[in-house]
Amino acid sequence: MSRSIEQARDYLRPTKRFPTVWCAGCGLGIVQSALVRAIARTGVLKNDVTVVSGIGCTGRLPAYVDFNTLHTTHGRALAFATGVKLARPSMSVIAVMGDGDALAIGGNHFVHACRRNIDMTAIVVNNCIYGMTGGQYSPTTPHGKRGTTAPYGNVEHAFDTAALAVGAGASFVARTSVYHAAEADKLIEKALRHKGFAVVEIISNCYTSYGRMNKYGSPVEMLRWMKESAVPVSAWEGLSEGEREGKFTRGVIAEKRLPEFIEAYDELGSRLTRTPAAVERVREILTAYDRGAGRLAAGFEDPEIDATERGESKR
Amino acid sequence: MADGQARVLQGNEACAIGALAAGVDFFAGYPITPSSEIAELMSQCMPLIGGRFIQMEDEIASIAAIIGASLAGATSMTATSGPGFSLMQENLGFACIAEVPCAIVNVMRAGPSTGLPTQAAQGDVQQARWGTHGDHSIIALAPSTVRECFELTIECVNIAERLRTPAVLLMDEVIGHMRESVVLPSGDEYDLTHRAAPEEGMEDYCPFGECDAEVAPLAAYGGEYRFHVTGLTHDAHGFPTMVPEEVDWKIRHIVGKLESRADQLASNEEFMTEDADVLLFAYGSTARVAKASVRALRDAGVKAGLLRVRTIWPFSQKRLRELAPRLRLVVVPELNLGQISGEVERAVCGETRVVPLGRVDGHLFVPDDITSFTLEEATS
Repeated sequence: MSRSIEQARDYLRPTKRFPTVWCAGCGLGIVQSALVRAIARTGVLKNDVTVVSGIGCTGRLPAYVDFNTLHTTHGRALAFATGVKLARPSMSVIAVMGDGDALAIGGNHFVHACRRNIDMTAIVVNNCIYGMTGGQYSPTTPHGKRGTTAPYGNVEHAFDTAALAVGAGASFVARTSVYHAAEADKLIEKALRHKGFAVVEIISNCYTSYGRMNKYGSPVEMLRWMKESAVPVSAWEGLSEGEREGKFTRGVIAEKRLPEFIEAYDELGSRLTRTPAAVERVREILTAYDRGAGRLAAGFEDPEIDATERGESKR
Repeated sequence: MADGQARVLQGNEACAIGALAAGVDFFAGYPITPSSEIAELMSQCMPLIGGRFIQMEDEIASIAAIIGASLAGATSMTATSGPGFSLMQENLGFACIAEVPCAIVNVMRAGPSTGLPTQAAQGDVQQARWGTHGDHSIIALAPSTVRECFELTIECVNIAERLRTPAVLLMDEVIGHMRESVVLPSGDEYDLTHRAAPEEGMEDYCPFGECDAEVAPLAAYGGEYRFHVTGLTHDAHGFPTMVPEEVDWKIRHIVGKLESRADQLASNEEFMTEDADVLLFAYGSTARVAKASVRALRDAGVKAGLLRVRTIWPFSQKRLRELAPRLRLVVVPELNLGQISGEVERAVCGETRVVPLGRVDGHLFVPDDITSFTLEEATS
């Protein structure tokens, strides 16, 4: 797949929104390019993609890409995305979030989204800091590292985002970094093709807020740190406890086949239409008004029509 | 009841049936007393009518999900009570600025905080108006009967769709849990409104444009229009702006499109107001009690009348202003400490005396509470 500027332009809103708000040296441009390339590879039409975000530097990403885009409140991207997906399951729904957005204020939404297994992709851009607000420590700031609210070093401990996602039940979990841009393309593509809730953590760099405070000489030095710290999943087992210190795995960390929420829900719907007791109960409720009875009846005309189709045709 | 038959229904049940009648096909909610029956009924019905129900992890997520679903073309609703309504304020503001139609049912209970989960109160009248930060306006309708729970749920959905705004159904615990005999309107007795769809091509589509009081058409995600929606103050195309003129227009627009329609949206019931010089101003369950008080006051020789509002927000001053010159007293009974009486006072501009009558002990008024208070005030 070509990485030409022309191709990227098809997926961006170049005349409207550029240049971006991101600082020079920020990893978000790499994430955005990887996302666009991954979507291009899946062949999904732009009209059929919704990109949802919360607040922060990552939250600004949807404005630049030419899809259905939704820039929501802090931490809530996945909750909004859930509604979008359930209302229109044919769409490919992607939530992009920073570490503070996804794991602090949005942590509860994150774990429940992992548990529900709705067919969506969550991209967590982890730069270990609150960049937009000026470098305060986040739930992924490593112990001892500095932030503007951890001026003497962070006394808290960081989440392992991928491990958290696995623990919460996500059916696809992968991690890479902005240094490994080509791998990011592939992992996002895999996540998009996965039927179920997929999490891709991308370790990124905020030179302006995190790098300078933690004595990285330049954005390049931060990329070098990623290059040296990321260990392929396959090689991790061979490392000793000591060798693992300060390092992280990259690649596909978990992948399993679990019943997908909407499939299961709609299956339930078509099963219920063949369950006289349930039908009777609901018919009783629905006969309370003409139109409701009509809607129920319409659903019964052909028991072969599954609930998805009924939902789609109605809208 | 399309058959014109009377049935005994609970307010919450009538609300859920109203939602189905209004075409709601997406419901997200979180359990909370005294509203849970609405979610339970929606969970029963949604899979059988091709809609979808989801129980979210909290009320923040519930309202987020219905906003997302609405943007993808669904007719969406959530239901909650005071503490959950507090959690929804953040994204209620999002729906206001992003102009996303959605219906929020709040079966009010006594607060603040956890308060009295299963007792009667009307404690969220001002929270509905001002609970989310920043300048905005809101729709809030208050039913007094089980039939009105049905009707005003439909009305909430209709207004939300027509004006691209969140609309709140401010029920209270008494109305939500009360059962009464009701004949629901048949399908030809109410109209359904759906948001306007854009007619121009995507390149010319302005999802947040149009002139001041008008409402721009709203496309659905997944159709032929790709557009951006943000909680940041945005221009006509939906992209963030800090241009003073554009920011000013946006905020005045979301306030003005509702406030300029306050009189048009107003829906009142009047009882014995023709010759009244003492007015009871009430809404929700309290208005039922106030009606009995009007009769008692008449028996006691006081020319009392009742003005009951179904539309609380935007607050229409029109009828109060018309009545004010011949009133010597307005009593405002509420199951709170005077949340709407300030609005009444503003409306009558000192032309008559306005006295709040609050009750916050978890119980509803009995007619004599209002009657004896009013008698005392009327003769003092």
